[in-house]
Amino acid sequence: MIDITKRFPGVVANQGVNFAVQGGEIHGLLGENGAGKTTLMNILCGLYRPDQGQIQLQGRPVQFHRPADAIAAGIGMVHQHFQLVERFTVAENLVLGERKQLWRDNPKRLHQRLRQLASRYGLDLDPAMPVWQLSVGQQQRVEILKALYRQARVLILDEPTAVLTPQETQGLIATLQQLAAQGTSIIFISHKLNEVLAVCDRITVLRDGQTMGTVAAADCDTHRLAEMMVGREVDFTRPERASRDRPEPRLRLEAVSVQGHHQRPALDAISLTVHSGEIVGIAGVDGNGQRELEEVIVGLRPPNQGTIHSQGTLAHIPSDRYTMGLIGAFSVTENLLLRDYRYPPFQRRGMLRPKVMAQQAMTLVNDYLVRTPSVQTPSRQLSGGNAQKVVIARELSRQPQVILAAQPTRGLDVGAIDYVHAQLMAQRDAGAAILLISTELDEILRLCDRIAVLYEGQIVGWANAATANVNHLGLMMAGKHPPETLSIPMAHDR
Amino acid sequence: MPWHQILTLPFLIAILTAGIRLAVPVLLAVLGEIITQLSGVMNLGLEGVMLMGALAGFATTVTLETANLDPTLAAWVGLAAGAGAGMVMGLLMAVLAITCRTDQVVAGITLVLLGQSLSTYFYRAFPALTQARVSGISSWPIPGLADLPFVGRVLFNHNPVVYLSGLLVILCGWLLYRSNWGLLMRATGEHPAAVESSGMDVTRIRYLCTLVGSGLAGLGGAVLTVVQLNLFIEGITAGRGWIAIALVYFSRWHPSLALAGALLFGVADALQFRLQALGSEDIPYEFFLMLPYGLTLIVLASCRLRDKTPTALGIPYVKGDR
Repeated sequence: MIDITKRFPGVVANQGVNFAVQGGEIHGLLGENGAGKTTLMNILCGLYRPDQGQIQLQGRPVQFHRPADAIAAGIGMVHQHFQLVERFTVAENLVLGERKQLWRDNPKRLHQRLRQLASRYGLDLDPAMPVWQLSVGQQQRVEILKALYRQARVLILDEPTAVLTPQETQGLIATLQQLAAQGTSIIFISHKLNEVLAVCDRITVLRDGQTMGTVAAADCDTHRLAEMMVGREVDFTRPERASRDRPEPRLRLEAVSVQGHHQRPALDAISLTVHSGEIVGIAGVDGNGQRELEEVIVGLRPPNQGTIHSQGTLAHIPSDRYTMGLIGAFSVTENLLLRDYRYPPFQRRGMLRPKVMAQQAMTLVNDYLVRTPSVQTPSRQLSGGNAQKVVIARELSRQPQVILAAQPTRGLDVGAIDYVHAQLMAQRDAGAAILLISTELDEILRLCDRIAVLYEGQIVGWANAATANVNHLGLMMAGKHPPETLSIPMAHDR
Repeated sequence: MPWHQILTLPFLIAILTAGIRLAVPVLLAVLGEIITQLSGVMNLGLEGVMLMGALAGFATTVTLETANLDPTLAAWVGLAAGAGAGMVMGLLMAVLAITCRTDQVVAGITLVLLGQSLSTYFYRAFPALTQARVSGISSWPIPGLADLPFVGRVLFNHNPVVYLSGLLVILCGWLLYRSNWGLLMRATGEHPAAVESSGMDVTRIRYLCTLVGSGLAGLGGAVLTVVQLNLFIEGITAGRGWIAIALVYFSRWHPSLALAGALLFGVADALQFRLQALGSEDIPYEFFLMLPYGLTLIVLASCRLRDKTPTALGIPYVKGDR
C-alpha cells in the first residue's frame, strides 16, 4: 500500500501511509486506538476507498471498489467483531455468498469437505455446529477458516487477541505460524506490544494516521515500540500505593445468584467483600457474568438469591458508557448533573437553575480535563475518552465510599487509560472501596490488590495481585483449576 | 342455528373447497412478507399493497375484456398487472426503508394509507369500474384426481391459480431454506454486516426481496378481485393485508406453516359466508364477520415465536456500521 490517504469529515484517518507485506510473513500493525489501523485495513479489504494512494498486489496495481473485489484478489479479513451469523451452522457461514450453484450441496458431503479443509490448516472445528454454541476462540477459527475457504493469501486479523484467554491466544499464535509457514501472509493488528513482538516477523507502527516506520521484531523491544507508538516514554511498572490504615468492609456480596438465559445461572453464589482503600479486580473473559454482576450490584437487576450490603455512596462507572452512562442527546452539563439536579443549589422550588448548573459543569470539566467545545454540547458528540471523563467526573466528584468500575478503559487510548487509572488509584488512596470488573488482564494486574476470576458465573479462584501468575489466571479464566491456586481467599474473606 | 344443515358432508365439502380458494390471496401475501422480512425489512404496508394490486389487476382485466380480448388471457394479464402494481408500491417502501432509512413502522402505515386512498380515488374517478364484472379464470379439475371421493372435490377441483399457489409454497420453502440464495437472504436479515464483508451488496438484496415480496402481495390482491370475486369495491381486501402480517409471525417465517395459517383463515372466512347466508335469529351477522379475524388473533396469541425472529428485522443497515 503506497501513500494511502483517507479523510473523514473532520479527521484525516490515514495520511500518506506506506505499508508492505511479504509472502509468508506475519506483519504486525501497531498503533493506539484512533491511529488509523482499522481504517487502513478497511481500505485494503475494499470497505473504504482511499482518497489518494495506490494498492499493489504482487507488483501490480489493483483497485478495490467493493469487498468482493478484495476477496477475489485473495484478501481475507477477520474483523474484531466477528461477522458470523450466529443462528447458522459453521458450514452455512462458510459457504455464505457462494453463487456458483443455486442449490446447496447436501450437508453430509459439504461437512466432509469442510472438515478436510479445517484439518489441513490445523483448525479443529465441527462444521455442523451452530455458531452461537461455539466459544469465542472457536468463532475466531471459523472466521479464519472462512477467509481461507475463499482462498485468502493475505489474512488480516483486527485485534484478534482482545477476546481470548492467554491459552486461546497461544493456540491462535500457533495457527498463525502454521499458516505463515504454508505461505499465507498475515497482518496482525494490535495495540499490545508484547504480543506483537512475540508473534510478528516485522512490525509497522502507525501514529495519528501516519507511518512511524517498519522494524524487524528481532531487533526491537517494548520500550522502543512504545515510544514509536505513543511518542513518549511509557511507564510499565506497577505503581506504588500509599499504605492503608484500618480497612473496613464497604461492599459485601453473600452467595448472590442471578438467573440467566436457558435456565442456567448467570451468577452462581458469588461471595466477596471489598474493603475501604483497596481495589478488588474481577478478571475473566467477556460474557462470563460480568454484566450481570455489574447490574446486580447497582440494583438494575434483583438477585434471585443472596444479599448485597453496600455502605455509603455508590459510584458506578458502567461498562457501556453510551447506553448506561450517558444520555447522548443531553448536554455535557445535564449529564454531569444527572444524579444531583434535584438537590439545591441546582434547583429552587422545583425549577432548575441553569446558570448554577453550568457553573458546576465548568468546574468539573476543568477539574477532570474533559475536552469539549462547550458544556452545552450534546454528550454523544464527545470522543470515547472524553465521554468516559464525563462519566467519571459525575461519579467520582460525589466522594463515593464504594466505586464499581466496569470495563472503565474499554476502547480508550493509552493517554485516556492512564488518566482513568490515576483517578481510580487516587480514589483508592482517599479510602474508597473499589470493585474493578475488567476483561483486560494487564489492567487488573496493574491496579488491583486482590483478584477474583469469574468463569461461567462463578468465582473460580482468588489471587493476590502482587504474587499472581498470568498463566494460572489464564487457566482459571478458561475454567480450568490449576491445583496451586485452587483456594486462596484471603483470611478476612471468610 | 339450523344445525341439520350445517352438520352434513356436502356442507363440509363446500366449506373446505371455498376455504382453500379464499386462502390464496392471504397465502400469497404471507409468502411475500416472509421473503421481505427474512431479508430484514418489515413491510407493514401489505394492506395498501394488496389494495393497489386488486385495483390494478381488476382495471387491467376490465379494459382488456372491453377491448374484446379473450377473457381468460385478460385475467392472466390482469394478475400480472396486479403483481406489477404491488412491486411499484414495494419500490416506494424500499426507497423509504432501505435508502432513506425511515422508521419502517411509519413507512409501512404510510403505505397502507396511500394504497387505501389511491385505490378509492381511482375507483371513484372511473365510474365504469363500479358496474364492471369480469369473468375470471374458470376452474380446471385435474383429470383423474378430481373424481376421487371427497379429496377430489376439495383439493383437485380448483382454478389453476390455486394449484400454482400450492406449488409456490414448495418453491419458496426450497428457495429460502435449501438454496444458496436463501442462505444469503436470511443472512441479510440476521447479520447484514457479515453479508457486506463477504462481498455482497446488502442494499441490493433487500431491494430485491422487498420488490418480490410486495409483488406477491399485489398478486394476492389481484387474485381476490380478478379470479374470486370478479368485482372491485372500496376496501375490498378487508384487512387481509394485516391478517397476512399476523400470519407471518404464526408461520415462524416458514412457508409450510404459512400455508396452514392461510388455510385456517380461508376456512373460517368460508364458514362465515355460509353461516351468514343461512341466517340466524339469535346471533347478529356481524359476529360471523368477526370469525376469521378473531380466530387469527387467538392463534397468534397462542404461539411463541421469540427465538425465530430475524435478528436485524426492521433495522436499517448503515454501511461500515457493525
